[in-house]
Amino acid sequence: MRENHTRFGIHGGQYIPETLMNAVIELEEAYEKYKADPAFNRELATLFNEYAGRPSRLYYAAKMTEDLGGAKIYLKREDLNHTGAHKINNVLGQALLAKKMGKTRLIAETGAGQHGVATATAAALMGMECVVFMGEEDTIRQALNVYRMRLLGAKVIPVKSGTATLKDAVSEAMREWTSRIEDTHYCLGSVMGPHPFPTIVRDFQAVISKEIKEQILAKEGHLPDAVIACVGGGSNAIGSFYHFIEDKDVRLIGCEAAGRGVETKETAATIATGKLGIFHGMKSYFCQDEFGQIAPVYSISAGLDYPGIGPEHAYLHDIGRAEYVAVTDEEAVCAFEYLAKTEGIIPAIESAHAISHAMRLAPTLDKDRILVITVSGRGDKDCAAIARYRGEDLHE
Amino acid sequence: MSRIRQAFENHKAFIPFITVGDPDVATTEQVVREAVRNGADLIELGIPFSDPTAEGPVIQGGNERALRGGITTELVFELVESLRRDIDVPFVFMTYCNVVFSYGSARFMERCQKTGVDGLILPDLPFEEKDEFAKDCDKYGVDLISLIAPTSGERIAMIAKEAKGFIYLVSSLGVTGVRSRITTDLKSIVAVIRENTDIPVAIGFGISTPEQAKEMASLSDGAIVGSAIVKLLEKYGQDAPEAVGDYVAKMKAAVMDH
Repeated sequence: MRENHTRFGIHGGQYIPETLMNAVIELEEAYEKYKADPAFNRELATLFNEYAGRPSRLYYAAKMTEDLGGAKIYLKREDLNHTGAHKINNVLGQALLAKKMGKTRLIAETGAGQHGVATATAAALMGMECVVFMGEEDTIRQALNVYRMRLLGAKVIPVKSGTATLKDAVSEAMREWTSRIEDTHYCLGSVMGPHPFPTIVRDFQAVISKEIKEQILAKEGHLPDAVIACVGGGSNAIGSFYHFIEDKDVRLIGCEAAGRGVETKETAATIATGKLGIFHGMKSYFCQDEFGQIAPVYSISAGLDYPGIGPEHAYLHDIGRAEYVAVTDEEAVCAFEYLAKTEGIIPAIESAHAISHAMRLAPTLDKDRILVITVSGRGDKDCAAIARYRGEDLHE
Repeated sequence: MSRIRQAFENHKAFIPFITVGDPDVATTEQVVREAVRNGADLIELGIPFSDPTAEGPVIQGGNERALRGGITTELVFELVESLRRDIDVPFVFMTYCNVVFSYGSARFMERCQKTGVDGLILPDLPFEEKDEFAKDCDKYGVDLISLIAPTSGERIAMIAKEAKGFIYLVSSLGVTGVRSRITTDLKSIVAVIRENTDIPVAIGFGISTPEQAKEMASLSDGAIVGSAIVKLLEKYGQDAPEAVGDYVAKMKAAVMDH
């Protein structure tokens, strides 16, 4: 298959209905124009710093380091951003871009609700209308985030089709976009979908690795040995990896959701169990059956409960630049509890997948090694679900 | 002359869409036979997909019922093989990229050629990505059908120039499904298409009544109806063949009467 500017190796492309083609072409042209525009970048930097609270801290987790007895552990605190996750980085960028394009309405999909909350927030800030599609199953798992979005003025539409989770929310948002394009921007929440979304979202999230690099050089004087992040579609991971891709000595490790285990059907680990396919506008790896039907994936984490992975991750996997490992529900829940007790930080259950792998890796490394783990979001939203997982009858 | 070309020769075409395996393959076989007996000029056969992003709720429902009933790509080919023994109208598959990609593009097209499938519609394959399958389609004589949408604008000429079989003109924004009114300026879109190609143009999306079918056929070379037929399948299940036959007869009469 041809390689071109819409692809990462063989992955990516624009597998979407003709109805949307001019919309993505218009988006690409606008993005090319504004990404080189100093005024746009100043405006975005101000939003990042003054509104979202950037730069986020790179925190040396001394107790965790000591407890694990190996590599030094730094946590990139995206959980401290306004709205409590990395999602705000991308949303502020896309909302500003949409506004410049003359759009007055944002639509978005959401899994855990973090991207929906971030989109609703940006829409409120910029005076735009907002509609969020969320799998019905997820509106139950993440009821508090549904309320948050409504409080911020957004309309939340529960999606009942298919498995009623993130993939169905994406499908429904794409359907909505084909029916209303003129005034509407589809604010996609991850590094997935048709070109130019994987590139746009990656560029807005790349601020994470840009900051990590500056911060770790200031604190340690050299680059880390590994950067670890959780991967659903993969936006916080690509953001954490991007400025290290050329630094070949830095290991890049993405942590997928294994759910109840990669040997079971109840998993969302795409690299471990998926194969090459075409879905949601892109060529990449997808969990699917032998006839190409998309698998009903599962993870305790609504944000990682997606049957695909962004095309740039698929490419980094192909060329061996990044490694992808699978972390089960049980391991993630243990890491969720561990970080709370050890460092007084409650991570999102998504981010806990990355914490878990760091807990495996750190003790195997010498004390002069450095691991950076991105805590992509905070875990308040997950407390009730984790309590239930542990058998406590706690409801929001 | 190809079977597809023949279907549009000297008269307007009526094209029903049928989801294969909804609710089971035996019913689909009877539905297709009834549709042909009542004047369908070309049959669009939907190979179900788990996540049909271009479909409205009605056809999504048809896909779900068919997949629950155990339909697979393999069974769809077996059905076509059986129908082709005595049916001569063209068959065009309508499915999603991943179904074909997963089966293997060359293997899929070769099976199309062997079983007698004349064309392929992939709503998630725009002009920019058609190389993904076009070479295999050409090799095995399967027409890769191009879609043109109300938003296509300056893209119409480019798409029409390279189009094969017939052009599927999408009547409205949004996904498939019954609409009370179609407001797109289809006449001027068809005019631009005619300047760039002499292959037939059929209009689909949102058509359910004989009046709409008549109007769409008068603007183009034929009308495509999906959701209205899938609704009959939803309502009548295994008893649907007769209802679909009656409906096709009514719609066919309307397009001939333009």
